[in-house]
Parts: sequence; structure tokens; C-alpha cells
Amino acid sequence: MIRSLPQSKTYSRGFRLYILLYFVFLFAPLLITCILAFNDSQFPSLPWKGFTLEWFTSDRPDRVGIFHDQSNLDSIWVSIQTAFFVSIISLVVGTCAAFLFEQENFKFKQLLYFLMLAPLVIPGVILGISILMFANSLGTLFEMQMDLDVPLLRPGFWLVVLGQFSFICTFVTLVVSARLKKFDHTLEEAALNLGANRFEVIWHITLKFLRPAILGSAAVAFLMSFENFNTTLFLVGSETTLPINLYLQLRDGSTPVINSISFLLIVSTSLLALTNLYFSSKQQED
Amino acid sequence: MKKYRNWGFFIFLLPVLLWLFLLIVLPHIDLLIMSFRFEDDYGELTWGMANYKEFFGEPIYWLTFVRTAIYSLVVTFLTFVIGLPVAFFITKVVSVKYKGALTLLVLLPFWVSELVRVYGWMILLRESGVVNHLLLKTGLLAKPVEMLYNDAAMIMGLVYTTMLFMIVPLISVLDSLEDELIEAAFDLGGNARSVLFRIIIPYATPGIVSGSIVVFMLTLGNYLTPNLIGGKNSLWFTEQIYNQFIASFNWNQGSAFGFLLLILSSLIIWLGLKVSKQNLAKVVQ
Repeated sequence: MIRSLPQSKTYSRGFRLYILLYFVFLFAPLLITCILAFNDSQFPSLPWKGFTLEWFTSDRPDRVGIFHDQSNLDSIWVSIQTAFFVSIISLVVGTCAAFLFEQENFKFKQLLYFLMLAPLVIPGVILGISILMFANSLGTLFEMQMDLDVPLLRPGFWLVVLGQFSFICTFVTLVVSARLKKFDHTLEEAALNLGANRFEVIWHITLKFLRPAILGSAAVAFLMSFENFNTTLFLVGSETTLPINLYLQLRDGSTPVINSISFLLIVSTSLLALTNLYFSSKQQED
Repeated sequence: MKKYRNWGFFIFLLPVLLWLFLLIVLPHIDLLIMSFRFEDDYGELTWGMANYKEFFGEPIYWLTFVRTAIYSLVVTFLTFVIGLPVAFFITKVVSVKYKGALTLLVLLPFWVSELVRVYGWMILLRESGVVNHLLLKTGLLAKPVEMLYNDAAMIMGLVYTTMLFMIVPLISVLDSLEDELIEAAFDLGGNARSVLFRIIIPYATPGIVSGSIVVFMLTLGNYLTPNLIGGKNSLWFTEQIYNQFIASFNWNQGSAFGFLLLILSSLIIWLGLKVSKQNLAKVVQ
């Protein structure tokens, strides 16, 4: 049954076949998506009509490749900006939260910790609608009471950033907290004895120690934001993010340009994932 | 010294409070309040249970709700049944040499956007899709069959999208299971069946619970997969919420639906934790 015990041939062959099938199940949709990005056909389907790069580079009216597809290029840029701001804000607030929960003691700490975990069990759709409505209520309030129009509170770029931040920050907090738990406090005490103040200690010593966790969670936060659909769906304004834009195109039928975008996404996220894993395994060796 | 400590404490506390109150607590209180407001016959907003009455009075709403809950449980169970052998193979059966590489391969597809993965299944399964093409070519099928837009395809899609969140906790819990325990069980006359049900599954319970909670929650709240693979017949509750918000613009009704979904997911998660005697803080670690 396990590697240290003798196994029957049928058992080990059957098991290998099962694992093989599982990997086929896992990779078939991704592989086929990538392959069809290079098919010289108007539709993302077989038969194979020859290899082409036109779905990346072409600029003809009947065949616009991704490098000339303005609407998709725009949405990629919006997604990158969104993911950038979400990562930065999540890192700052998540690191504060990690320090708060690991190094401070105060009343209602348990309650606050529970609230911090809550975004993990709230479905993204609910998070989206409740933030949408709250922003709307606040907007109406400002308009009625102070005659102020706050564009921030209408569906749009910054509301998407806030909505995604609201749950991605929990992940950052958990990752940074896990690393902070391993921190050797005698280092801090030594620095304090040598005359550093608390912020110098945090800046020069604790944050240095946390750097791998901060960089790793930044990569994860970036990806989570870049791919988010459920929460974004309700908060998005006229600047659509890439997943929303792709979804709108998919509903109205698809062209191989979606395959070429998918191909680029698959390649770049795999690279990001591999780099992240490489650095986190190096971190474990330290 | 004392003074710096206090300053630091408030600098850490303030952003966290702003985050949790402005983006989590207050919006959900607002959601609850909105769900108890409705337009009466004169078009005035008043307080009352009308939105909830509408939900229980209209079979399409509560049937969709029940259907979503049951299918989410089915998906959770399927991910467990499919995922356990994979996690077991990686941690216990395959030679240690390949363990890292296989783990990496299992994780890799889930870094790719859910939309891309769903799209992959769409071009595989649809009437003009790749599977149909291959079946026609080999003569197994006389004319193309639409394999999308049915419940089986939708459940498969949901299992595919959430698989990772079951496999990762299973791998990490089985990793810590000592081989000697299994060897001892066999020495004492156990067979594969009794080892599975009396050693492996009880030992893996913390991993199973945390995996199930995440898979269930993500399936229940999924919009993309039911919508694109299930099509018009998917009848997923999140689509009802979307329709109330975006199509009918009835935010009060939508809030009531949203709140019901939130109660359902919290309730099932709470039950899962109670039955397995775990707590949320431990499960997310």
C-alpha cells in the first residue's frame, strides 16, 4: 500500500493509471487552449489547419491578433494597475495586521482576529454586493448631507481595488504572521539595548527578516487580484479588468484571440509560480 | 520606551480597524438592513420581511437555493473522493525523488485564471469542440453531441476549478502521517479497507475538514463556472443574486438573497467545524 510495503502488480499499475488519468484531466483543457492559439482557423476548434502566429501579430480587419486588439490590451493594463495597487495596499495593511496580532496584546484581540479571518468564508459575490451597496449608501449620504459628489464611491477602478483588497489582505496577513512567529525576539531586544528605538528595530531588523514572506505574498496578492472575477463583477465601472472583459467576449461567442491571451496568461503565470516556488524553497533551506 | 510602544500599537491598529470596519463589518450590516427594506404599494421604502417572503413564496428562488446547496455538497464530496488517492500517491506511494515534481504539477494549473480553465473546457466539450471532433473522426459518434450546458458538465467544471483546495490540505496532512502506523496496521492483520477507514481517513480529518470548507464555500459562491459551462439551465443561486442586482436593479431583494447565501455558507461551515471538533483559526493555518 505504501512504498515501504510490498505491493501487488495490479495495485501499483491501477494506481499509476489513475494518477495518469488525473493529470490528463488536469492539463487537457490548458494544453488544448494553448495549441489552438496557433491554429490557422477563424474558430478555436479542430481540424488543424496549419501553424500561424496571426492570432498574436495580425492586424487585418477579419483577424485582429492580441498585440493589436485595443480593447483587450486596455483591459490587461487596467488589470495590471489594479493588481499593483491591491498588492501594495494589502502588503502595508497586512504587515500591520501581522504585527498587531503577533506582537501586541489588547482587549477584543480574539474578536478582531476572527473578523480578520471572516473574508475567507464570505463568498466573493457577497463581498462584492455588500461593498457596492455600502459605497452607494455612503455616496448618497454625502450627497444629501454635504452636497458632495464622491467619485470614489461609484463603481469603478478604486472600488474594484478596495473590494479585492478586502479579502486579499487576509491572505497577506496569514503569510506574514506565519513568518513573524518564527522571529527570534532576542534580536529585537539586542537592538533596543544598543539604543535603537522601536521603529528603527522594525525597519532594520524585523522587516529584513520578513522580506521573503512579504515578497512571496506580494506575488500571490498580485495574481489573486489579476484573476479575480466574483468580487470585481459587481464593482467594475467602465474600465473593465481582463477577466471581466474576457467573460463578456465569451458570452457572445469566441475567437482564437482568446486562446492567444490565454496562452500568454498560462506562460506568464507559470513562470511567476515557478519563481515564487523556487524562492520559497530556498527560504526553507535557510 | 513605553511611549513608543503605544505609538506603534496605534499605528498597527488604525489601518486594520479601517480595513475590517469599512470593508467588512459595515457593508454587511448595510446588506442586512437593505434586505429588510422594500417598496410598498405607494413606491415608498418601508421596513418589513417582504423580500424574504418573496423568496419562500416563489419556488424558483428557494428551489435554486436548495439545488445550489446540494450540488455544492456533491462537488465537495467528489473533490474529496478524487483528491484523496492523488494526495496519497504523492505523499506515500511514489518514490521520494518525484514527490516535489508531482506536487508542483498538481498545483500548476491552479495558478492560471479560472476563466482560462473554464474556457479550456468549453472548447473541449462544446458541439463544435475538440472531443466531438475526435469522436467523429474515430467513428465512435455519428453526429456531434452538445456536451456543455448540462448538470454533469457543470459539476465536473466545479470539481475541476476547486480541486486544488482539497488536494493541498490533504497532501500536507498525509505528509505528517508516519509510514510506521500503516505498516503496524498491516502487521496486526489489517487490510487495505480497514487501513483506509480506520487509519488514513481519521488521521487526515483536519485536512479533510479544511479542504471541504474552502471547496464548499468557493463552489457555493461560484458564478463563472455555472454560468459558462452550465449555461441557461445552470440555475445557480449566485446568478439569481446577479440578476436582482444588475438586471432587475432590485437591490433590496438581491440583499435578501445575498444574506441567505451568507447564512447558508456560515451554517454549513459551522456544522462542519462542530462535527469534526475543529476551530476556524486552526483550520486556516
